[in-house]
Amino acid sequence: MADLMNVQAHVRLGSNAGQSMTRRDGVLKVTGRAPYAADRQPGGMLHAVTATAGIARGRVAHLDTAAALAHPGVVRVYTPANRPPLAEHPDTKIHGFAWRMEALQDDTVRYAGQPIALVVADTLEAATEGARLLNPRYEAEAPRIGLDGNTPYQPETVSIGRPPSLEAGDMDAARAGAARHLDTVVETAAQYHNALEPHAITAQWFGDRLEIDTPNQAIGLAKQSFATYLGIEPSQILIRSPFLGGGFGSKAILYGAQLLVVLAARDLDRPVKLALRRDQMFGPVGHRPATRQTLRLDLDEHGRIAALDHHTLAVASTFDDFIESASNASHSVYATTAMRTTHSAVRTDTGTPGPMRAPGEAPGSAALEVAIDEAAYALGMDPLAFRLLNYADTDPSTGMEFSSKALRECYERAADLFGWKDRPLEPRTMRQGRLLKGWGMGTAQFPCPMFQAAAHATLRADGSAVVETSAADMGQGAWTALAQIAADGLGIDIDRLEFRSGQSDLPDAGVAGGSGHTATAGTALFNAGADTVRQLADLATNDPASPLFGAGNAGVTARGGRLYRNDDESRSEAYEDILARAGLDLVRGEGKGAREGEAQRAMFSHGGVFAEVLVDPDLGQIRVNRLVGAFAVGRIVNPQLARSQLLGGMIWGVGFALHEEAIHDARTGRFTNNDLAGYHIPVNADIPMIEALTVHEDDPFVNALGIKGVGELGVTGTVGAIANAVWHATGVRPHRFPIHPESLI
Amino acid sequence: MNLFDYTRADTLGAAVGAEGALLAGGTNLLDLMKIGVATPSRLVDVTRLPLSQIEDHGGGLRIGAMVRNADLARHPQVLARFPAVAEALLSGASAQLRNAATTGGNVMQSTRCSYFMDPLSPCNRREPGTGCSAIGGETRNHAILGWTSGCIATHPSDLCVALAAFDAVVEIAGPAGTREVPMATFHPLPDANGVPPALAAGEVITHIRLPDPGGMARHARYVKLRERTSFAFAIVSAAAGIAVQDNRIVAARLALGGVAARPWRSTGAEAALLGQPPIETNFARAAELALQGAAPSGNNAAKIVLARRIAVRALTLAAAGTPDRMPALPASVFEGDDHG
Ligand SMILES: Cc1cc2nc3c(=O)[nH]c(=O)nc-3n(C[C@H](O)[C@H](O)[C@H](O)COP(=O)(O)OP(=O)(O)OC[C@H]3O[C@@H](n4cnc5c(N)ncnc54)[C@H](O)[C@@H]3O)c2cc1C
Ligand code: SF4
Repeated sequence: MADLMNVQAHVRLGSNAGQSMTRRDGVLKVTGRAPYAADRQPGGMLHAVTATAGIARGRVAHLDTAAALAHPGVVRVYTPANRPPLAEHPDTKIHGFAWRMEALQDDTVRYAGQPIALVVADTLEAATEGARLLNPRYEAEAPRIGLDGNTPYQPETVSIGRPPSLEAGDMDAARAGAARHLDTVVETAAQYHNALEPHAITAQWFGDRLEIDTPNQAIGLAKQSFATYLGIEPSQILIRSPFLGGGFGSKAILYGAQLLVVLAARDLDRPVKLALRRDQMFGPVGHRPATRQTLRLDLDEHGRIAALDHHTLAVASTFDDFIESASNASHSVYATTAMRTTHSAVRTDTGTPGPMRAPGEAPGSAALEVAIDEAAYALGMDPLAFRLLNYADTDPSTGMEFSSKALRECYERAADLFGWKDRPLEPRTMRQGRLLKGWGMGTAQFPCPMFQAAAHATLRADGSAVVETSAADMGQGAWTALAQIAADGLGIDIDRLEFRSGQSDLPDAGVAGGSGHTATAGTALFNAGADTVRQLADLATNDPASPLFGAGNAGVTARGGRLYRNDDESRSEAYEDILARAGLDLVRGEGKGAREGEAQRAMFSHGGVFAEVLVDPDLGQIRVNRLVGAFAVGRIVNPQLARSQLLGGMIWGVGFALHEEAIHDARTGRFTNNDLAGYHIPVNADIPMIEALTVHEDDPFVNALGIKGVGELGVTGTVGAIANAVWHATGVRPHRFPIHPESLI
Repeated sequence: MNLFDYTRADTLGAAVGAEGALLAGGTNLLDLMKIGVATPSRLVDVTRLPLSQIEDHGGGLRIGAMVRNADLARHPQVLARFPAVAEALLSGASAQLRNAATTGGNVMQSTRCSYFMDPLSPCNRREPGTGCSAIGGETRNHAILGWTSGCIATHPSDLCVALAAFDAVVEIAGPAGTREVPMATFHPLPDANGVPPALAAGEVITHIRLPDPGGMARHARYVKLRERTSFAFAIVSAAAGIAVQDNRIVAARLALGGVAARPWRSTGAEAALLGQPPIETNFARAAELALQGAAPSGNNAAKIVLARRIAVRALTLAAAGTPDRMPALPASVFEGDDHG
C-alpha cells in the first residue's frame, strides 16, 4: 500500500487536476443516457407505492386491504400483519449513521406521511390507486408540532455523536469584564432536501443474491446496512448507484421503504421498483429541522468579542435523535475570550431530521452572522471592519492553529469586486429609483472532515489505466474531479483513464458528504495511482535496459504516461515499454484515503460573501440583486466544478434566506406545501448576478493533496449576508428565515 | 388515480352536455386527479375543439377557450391592445405550463387552498357541508374580501384578474343554449355552506370576449407580489388601466388578485378616479375604496395593506404608460418605471 509522502517524487498533481474540465458524464446526462435508479426496467418488474399516514400521531386502526387487492393489477398489499420478517428490527441503531425507520413493524403512526403500507402492482397507476383505496382509519391523538409543540429536553448528543455543549474560557469572567452585550433570537424554518431526483429503488433477487439500483451517497455503508437488516452477507448484495440527481444528505441514509421493496422482491420473486412521489419525500427521508437560536455577544470597550453564547432549540422527532448542531457553527469563526454553545431539542410528531447541506452550519451561520451584524451596528462599525477586528487567528474553541486560513484575502477580494468600501453605515440610506438598496456581508466557514476510502488502480499493457472506487456522483461532478486526481496519481492523461465507480463491488469510497468526498476518495485514488507508479519505477530503475536504470526510485517523475529522470529530462521511458520489457500485462496499485490520528490543527474552508438586495418599500418584496463571494478552499481540483459548487451553495443560501419553508398544519401535523409549487426554491430570475471567486491557498496539513471542500461552504455566510443586506436596505432586522415580504412593511 | 374513461370531443356539440370532466391542458385537472381531489369517472378531451382562434372583435378581441396561455400572451393584438393581459399571463406559472394551459382551463382552475388540495381535510368547496379547514389554519394565501365562514379561498389565476379589469365576458355553451357572464362576476362568491359552481353541468366555456380598451390600451399594467421573482402564485396582485385627457382621468379599471374567490373588480374605485388628475393621492383613495370591507380571514391582515399598496402601484404604473416591450420580469415589482 502506498504512503503518499514516500512516493511524492514519482507523481505530481496538476497535469489533470487543477484544470477546468466539463463533466465527463455531462453528455450522458443531457442526452438522457445516464441511467438513474428509477430508469431501470428489468423484465417482469412490479411497481410499489407506499400508502402514507394522514395523521401525525396515533395508530392505524383499519386498512381496507380487500378494496386495494380488488383493484385490477394490484398484486400484494403489505401491512404490519403480513410484512415478511427482517433480521434486525428497524428501530435498531445498527451503527452511528443508521436512523430508526418505518418498515411496517407495527401500527404506530409517528408522523404524517409515514409509510403505513406498501402496495405492489403491475403498473404504477394500479399501485397508486391501490394505496388510495386502503382508505385508512386511525385512532388519532393531538400532534405536537413546531418549536413550541412540546417541552424541550436536553439531548445527549447533537448531529451524529457530537457533544451537545462546549465551554471554552471563563464565561463569567469574560462577561464581567465586558462593556456591553447584545441579545438576539433568530428562527429558521423546517426545510426539506427536495433533490430533483426522488428517492427510488429497484430490487431484484437472483437466488440468494440481491441486486439493488438506488441513489445513495454511501453505498459501502448501505450494503452493510441492507445485509444486517436482511440477515445476509454483504457479499450477496450488489448496489448500483452511478448517478444521483441530488442528494444533499437525504440519500446518505437508508429509509424503511427501501427495505420493504427488497422484502417484496424476495417474497414475490419479481423485481420491484419504488419511486417516491414529491409529497412522499416530506417525512421519511430526513429534513433540516426548524430552529430557534438565542445568541448573546459580550463586547469589550474596543468592540472585541469577550464572550459568545449560542443556544439552539431544534425540532426533533419522537423516536430518534438527530439534533441540528446549529450552535456549533459559532465555534471557530470569530475570536473571543470565552464561549459557550449549547443545544436543546423539542420532540414533535415529525419524521426524524437528518443532515441537509451544511447541517448545523447553515442555520447556525445564519444566526451568528445576524448577531455579528447587529453588534457591528451597535458599535457604529463597518461590518467588515468589525469582523476583521474579531478575526480568529487561532480557533477560539480549541486554541489550535488553523491548517490554513486565507479568509482575509477572501474578504479583500470579494469586498473589492463588490465595491463594499462605499457602503454607508446607516440603514435605509441607499436607493435605486423607488427601491431601497442594502448591502450586507457574512463569513463563510465549513469544516474539512475526511472519512475512509479505498481505491484500486490498474495500469494496462497499452499504457492506459482503470481506477476503481465506489464514489458517488450526485451532480457535484465527482466522476470528473476524482478522475482528474486519479490520472495525476498515475501520471497519465485523463483520456487514457477509465473511471469505474458507483457500484458496491468496487473498493469503498466512503460517504459523499460533509464536503469531504473529493479529499477522501481523491486521496485514495491518488495513492492507488502512486502505488502503481512506484512499482513501475522499481521495474524501470532496476532494469539495466531502461534509460532510467540507476536513477533510484525517488529519482524519477511520472507524467503523460512516461517516467522521466529528474536529473536528465531527456531520458524517459513510456509505461507500456516498461511493462513490455518486464513481461507484465498490468501493474496494480492500491490506495487508502483517511486522516491519520487526531487533528493537530483546526481545518476549515473559508469565505466572505457580500450581498446587495433591493427591497420594494411598499410591498416588501426582496430581490438579491448581486451576490459576490470569495472562498479559500485549499487546492482546487477543477476550477469550473468548484465554482459551480460554490455558486450552487450561494444560491441555496438565497433559498434559505428568502424561500425554503415546509409548513405543517399545527392541528393535523400534515404539510400544507409538500410539492414544488408550494415549497419554493430559487428560480433563475432570483439570481440576477452572482460571482464566486477563489483565492489561492496551500494547505500542507489538511491532507497530502491539500484539498479542502467546496460542496457546502457557499451556503454559510450567504444567508446572513442577505439578511444583513435586507436590514441595511430597510432598517428592519430580520429575525426569522425565510424572510417574508409581510415582515418588512 | 382512479380508473376513468377517456373520450375526445372533436366538435362543440360533442363536448356540450358531455358527462365527465373536461380535459384541456390538464395542468390543473391531472394534478388534482393524482392527489385524489378530483376523481372523475370520465375525461372529455376538449383540446381539439375548433376554439383556438383569436379574432378581431370591433376593436376588442374574441379569444377561443382552447388558445394556449403562451400563444395568447405572445399574440400581437393582445400585446397591442391588452398588454396587461399578456403581462398577467407571463407572470403566471412557468413557460412549460403556459405552453400546455388553455384560456378556458385557466379561468376554471381550482383554488390553491392547501386544504382543498388535501382530500383528508374537510372542505366545503370540495364537499359542501363538511366545513372549512382553512379557518384557523394556514391562511397566507386566503381571502380578505368576499369570504364567508363557508369558504375563505382565493381564485389563483393571474389572467382572470386582467380579464376582469378590462371588462371581459365569458361566453358559455350549455345544453340549454348559450349565455354570457362578465368575468368579474363569473366566479361565485362563497355562501355560508360552500361555493356554488361557476358552470352548470354540461356547460363549456367557448370564448372570452374583450371589448375595445380605447385609450387604456397603452396605459395598462399588471403587478404581482410574490416572494420569489417568478413561478409563484400571487400573494396579492393588481391589474389597472387608465385613460387620461387634459390631465383628467377619463377611464379607469382596477381589479385585485389573490384577495377573494374571484378577481376583485372595484367599480367604486374606478368611478372615484373619473375626472381626477392621475396622481398618487387619488390612486391611494381609489385603493382605499377597493379594499372597503376587507377583513382578514386568518393570520393574513398584512394582505390588506399589501393589496391597497399594490393597487396604487398598478394605477401609478398604468398612468405612466405601458412599456414598449414586455418587461423581462413581467408584472414584477422590480420592473417599475424607475428601476435603474
Ligand atoms: C406549478 C404550477 C404553478 C402555477 N402558477 C400559476 C400562476 O402563477 N398563475 C396562474 O394564473 N396560474 C398558475 N398555475 C395554474 C395554471 O395557470 C392552470 O393550471 C392552467 O391555466 C389550467 O389550464 P389547463 O388548460 O391546463 O386546464 P385543465 O387542467 O385541463 O382544466 C382545469 C379545469 O378547467 C376545466 N375546463 C378546462 N377547459 C374548459 C372549458 N373550455 N370550459 C369549461 N371548463 C373547462 C376542466 O374541466 C378543469 O376543471 C400554475 C399551475 C401549476 C401546476
Ligand atoms: S377555504 Fe374554501 S377551499 Fe379552502 S378548505 Fe375552506 S372551504 Fe375548502
